[in-house]
Amino acid sequence: MTDSSHDDTPVLEITNLGISYFVRAGEIPAVPDFSLTLRRGESFGLVGESGCGKSTVAMAIMNYLGNNGAITRGSIVFEGRDMADFSPEEMRQLRGSKIAMVYQEPMSALNPSLTLGTQLKEVPIYHEGASDREAHDRAIEILADVNMPDPESVMKRYPHQISGGQQQRVVIAMAFLANPSLLLLDEPTTALDVTVEATVIDLIANLRKKYNTTLIYISHNLGLIVKVCDRIGVMYSGEMIEEGTIREVFKNTKHPYTYGLFDCIPSLNADKHTRGLAPIPGQVSLPHERPPGCAFGPRCRYFEAGSCDAERIEIEPVDDSPTHRVRCIRWNEIDHRPPLPVTDLAEAGGRVPAEVLHVEDMDKFYEQRDMSLSSLISGGSIRYIRANEGISFTARRGRTVAIVGESGCGKSTFAKVLTGLETATKGSIRFNNENIAMIPIEDRDPELILALQMVFQNPDGTLNPSHSVGGAIGRVIKKFGLASRRKDVDAKVAELLEVVRLPAEFARRKPRQLSGGQKQRIAVARAFAGNPAMVIADEPVSALDVSVQAAVINLLMDVQKKFNTTLLFISHDLSVVRYLADTVVVMYLGQIMETGTAAEIFSPPYHPYTEALLSAIPIPDPDIQQKRVRLEGEIPSVFNTPKGCRFSTRCPRHLGDICDNQPPPDIEAAPGHRIRCHIPIEELKQVEEIFRSAALE
Amino acid sequence: MADQASGGKGATNDVLAWLLDRAHDADNRILEMLYSVVHGTLRWFLLLRESPAAMLGFVLIGFWVFVAVFAPFLTSYDPNALDYAMLADPTPKWMPWEAHWLGTDELGRDIWSRLIWGSRTVLMVAPIAVFMAYLVGCTMGMLAGYLGGWVDMLISRISDIILSFPVLILFIILITAIGPSALNIIIAVTVASSPGIGRIARGMILDLRNHEYVDAAKIRGESALYIMVVELLPNARGPLIVDACVRMGYTIITIGVLGFLGLGLPPPDPDWGGMVVKAKGFISIWPHMAILPSIAISSLVVGFNLLADGLREISMRD
Repeated sequence: MTDSSHDDTPVLEITNLGISYFVRAGEIPAVPDFSLTLRRGESFGLVGESGCGKSTVAMAIMNYLGNNGAITRGSIVFEGRDMADFSPEEMRQLRGSKIAMVYQEPMSALNPSLTLGTQLKEVPIYHEGASDREAHDRAIEILADVNMPDPESVMKRYPHQISGGQQQRVVIAMAFLANPSLLLLDEPTTALDVTVEATVIDLIANLRKKYNTTLIYISHNLGLIVKVCDRIGVMYSGEMIEEGTIREVFKNTKHPYTYGLFDCIPSLNADKHTRGLAPIPGQVSLPHERPPGCAFGPRCRYFEAGSCDAERIEIEPVDDSPTHRVRCIRWNEIDHRPPLPVTDLAEAGGRVPAEVLHVEDMDKFYEQRDMSLSSLISGGSIRYIRANEGISFTARRGRTVAIVGESGCGKSTFAKVLTGLETATKGSIRFNNENIAMIPIEDRDPELILALQMVFQNPDGTLNPSHSVGGAIGRVIKKFGLASRRKDVDAKVAELLEVVRLPAEFARRKPRQLSGGQKQRIAVARAFAGNPAMVIADEPVSALDVSVQAAVINLLMDVQKKFNTTLLFISHDLSVVRYLADTVVVMYLGQIMETGTAAEIFSPPYHPYTEALLSAIPIPDPDIQQKRVRLEGEIPSVFNTPKGCRFSTRCPRHLGDICDNQPPPDIEAAPGHRIRCHIPIEELKQVEEIFRSAALE
Repeated sequence: MADQASGGKGATNDVLAWLLDRAHDADNRILEMLYSVVHGTLRWFLLLRESPAAMLGFVLIGFWVFVAVFAPFLTSYDPNALDYAMLADPTPKWMPWEAHWLGTDELGRDIWSRLIWGSRTVLMVAPIAVFMAYLVGCTMGMLAGYLGGWVDMLISRISDIILSFPVLILFIILITAIGPSALNIIIAVTVASSPGIGRIARGMILDLRNHEYVDAAKIRGESALYIMVVELLPNARGPLIVDACVRMGYTIITIGVLGFLGLGLPPPDPDWGGMVVKAKGFISIWPHMAILPSIAISSLVVGFNLLADGLREISMRD
């Protein structure tokens, strides 16, 4: 990558950078010491959990630390010039022309009141004094580069008129428009769907080659870093704790924290029966409470009192490698072993447990009345949003069923119908042999309500900020009549807190005193309080850091085992699904595309949509190659679903008219493994595996 | 942040923790609530200490509350008693060096005495009126925001009708219709203020009801009433408390204005607004008669506004 010979000065050279925030309580040293050198055309990935200082470093490079942040020591040298010497005006010129940044939320990065064209043209006009005509041509050109269909019309549109994925492409186009020498990307795909993410990542990788841009890619997702970057730096508590080339860090991992991160991530070639997840205990210590010595010490399995906490640990090279460095004094001694599999799980092949849930041909349509004047005059029109159509599957006692799909596929609608927040339009949902599809929550028996509980996605929204933890769990206990005397309720709360491995004192805490993972544990305790027959978990871990994610997944499995609960796990994260699920339901635009056991879903024959989903998973392993299947276009509007196969507009294996006009049949690839597709099963069976391990070849 | 802010003060923190413990260990609900309320108030007070504006407001309000509570001990004059010597004397009525240290009015009534007895009326009527307005307004807002549909339509349109009247005209219509008295002022303030409060509450509820904890409550089969009062209302309290303080100030002004228009409390009971209007005719000879009650009104209003500012500042910081 470093073939650009003409100029050998590093694009960016950060030495011993210290960044602090000054608040009422005093100085908070967010980043104590950070060094990094980047040459032209290099792509550097910065990973770490939230609160480890990744974004702070990016903001410092942009010289954008806000009113209370300041660089306390060290220097940032950009193209041979210390950034401290730049005047504010020079700094302003630099931003957007030489250094550009792409943020996580494309909607807030674009001005909603200006057309995209105006915003794109602004870059060359302001930074290079280009004429309007020139700027227009440049903008069109870059929009074509980011694969936007019909650039001319996109130029005239406003941000809200295009989808989130397209917005992010426009933001990326804007960043590349000035041909910056340094581009900072701060979690640019976190807000996007998996298949969209995959195309955006490809795009970034291509553009960076084309423009030879130096890149800093900030992400919590190790799989994405593998796809975009040459080098990686792992940050912990404001310090770089391990850095090197992708291969060095992934294949010759040295720092216990880096191991820890890998052990937290479910791997695609293993499930709960073959390899467990090992969460990292504890939490990142607050910047002003950093322990002496190694910052990771309190959470480290290999911690040795007396040496690890004696003095500040310097970063040192690994085995004389010019690039691989690690900040750990014991890196030479540690012999790390991957986590053990979860034992005594019900074997999938054993006796088949009883059916708990049987959904048959369930539809949920929303009516949308057009209240506009013209439609009132012409007799009014009612449009239907087909949120769920023809949903059929079964769930068995003590097993985990995962519903997978991108946003808008109807997975959350299904959860709402199941819990009675909405009622079905047609079909049946038999829960313990009682049809509950049409019974709203108000009319449900207390036993039924108790038997069907839910864990929600957003840890910050799931607990009422005004109620203490004990109050929240206690209310469920009283509501379900499990205990009524105060002492008994308190005892039961303590018992449940122990089940989710939180200390009993937490009963008195308010949600704002808890971390995201702790809140989610409380939510789990609350859902399992009445020993429900079935728990619906709607993306319960997607808002959490990987180490916490692993802990919550383990907890869910534990509690599920303890109560023999059926778990309906709704997720868009296929690696988690691969790990946790016994059966998988793949949904697209309100319909089930494929159902089967986890093993069946993750190996051929695939439904074309499943194939694309699997191909889009970011895999944190440089040795695994994925067959590249990318989806074109956007998910159609819910008002205007395709007449034939729902997936026909984006399907890479589109056959022709039959796909557009006729609903596909359900073909049975194996008993219980159904694929809804026109393509003959023999043909689907010939599709090669998505994942290929390069190491084996 | 809030907890860290008061972190340095060990002793007060101990008291707070003790109160919380008591609240938690209490074996009946009333005791538990009492302890939690004392704990909450103390915590807010500690936070308030960090905002000079709020402290000033607190002192101003505190002064008038103190004066109102201890009125009989702070003056020996009956507010309605005429001092015939003063009445007969054509010289200026304000002679602070003499017995009446804030002077007397044109009838020889002691102004200090009238002010402190008058503060009793203001500090009784205004909080009750605001409380009633909140009771009605929050109920309207919660119903409209949570139930939506035709309930929302009905409540919102009624509110719009009330809000379309200029406030003063609304008051005049109401008071002339039902007659001036403390109770009727409360009714008038309730009718005029509750739509505004309802709008704030409705907006808050519309936002809050999309939180997942509301779905969680529905899924465990809670009633709409429980969700509104126990799950939603406590989370709307921040803006509502701030608004209540501002509204208290407005209500005090309103009571003053009503007094000024002759729609306040019937004479001879002391009433700040009434005192100003009486002094109107003598403003060039005895300006103190108008200035002193005006200062009383504005100091109390400013007090509430400063407190509201402080509360807003604190709630933004949290």
